[in-house]
Amino acid sequence: MIDQTSGQQPVAEDRPETTRNRPVFSPPTDIYETADALVVSMEMPGVEPDGVDVTLDKRVLTITGVGTSVEPEGFALSHAEYRVGDYERAFTLSENIDRDGIEAALRDGVLRLTLPKVKPAPAKTISVKAG
Amino acid sequence: MALYRSGLDPWADPLAALQRIQNEVNRAFGGTRPRAAPEFPPLNVWRGEDGVVVVAEVPGVALGDLEITVHQNTLTIRGRREPDVGGADVTFHRREREFGAFARTVTLPFHVDPDQVRAGAHAGILTIELPRPEAEKPKRIEIKTA
Repeated sequence: MIDQTSGQQPVAEDRPETTRNRPVFSPPTDIYETADALVVSMEMPGVEPDGVDVTLDKRVLTITGVGTSVEPEGFALSHAEYRVGDYERAFTLSENIDRDGIEAALRDGVLRLTLPKVKPAPAKTISVKAG
Repeated sequence: MALYRSGLDPWADPLAALQRIQNEVNRAFGGTRPRAAPEFPPLNVWRGEDGVVVVAEVPGVALGDLEITVHQNTLTIRGRREPDVGGADVTFHRREREFGAFARTVTLPFHVDPDQVRAGAHAGILTIELPRPEAEKPKRIEIKTA
């Protein structure tokens, strides 16, 4: 589509339609790796902590967020540069992640996920007994 | 006409024909048209009798990092988006978020009393309430008959 509303986040395509009649955005995301974790930070303005859903199924990390809108009472929208909608993105992880150590924090509309890598098992020496 | 290709009856499914035209137009213009740099933050402006409410999406920016100024009928929002990367020894897999300084100016339909302006931020949404001063409100003129 020729999209002149350049300030709008891209609408996620190639997925089944949602039942709710509102756009689903593909939020801008930074992913970086440190020595011991993978950090995902995603811009989801308007999302409350209870509106975020993070699931890790096998290696697929899916993040969804439900946006809340600010609609001042007694006012009419006269100029719009963004739309309120939901957010969804899924990533296939290549690292082995310690599922129990995943941390999620939502601050100022940015979701930050810390996915700790599984520490390599310490080398084990197997003693061979003479039979 | 290039659109009427042999073997394709455009009247069999008129919507499919339209879709194909749209796809061709998008292909012709979509890739070459330079996109204007998106303005940050995107604003929604709500107007009412009592004033204007400006709502902006400012993910990752705390209210303390924003500078909101009002001069006569001009509202200016300035701030800076700082990356939240901890440590230098990191490898980026994806870098889609944008950072840096931003500024936006909105011209309002009336002069604003800066003391009356209220701003709040929650979940990355900035809301600025700009009430219209009494002196600037429209007045109903009684028409007297002679």
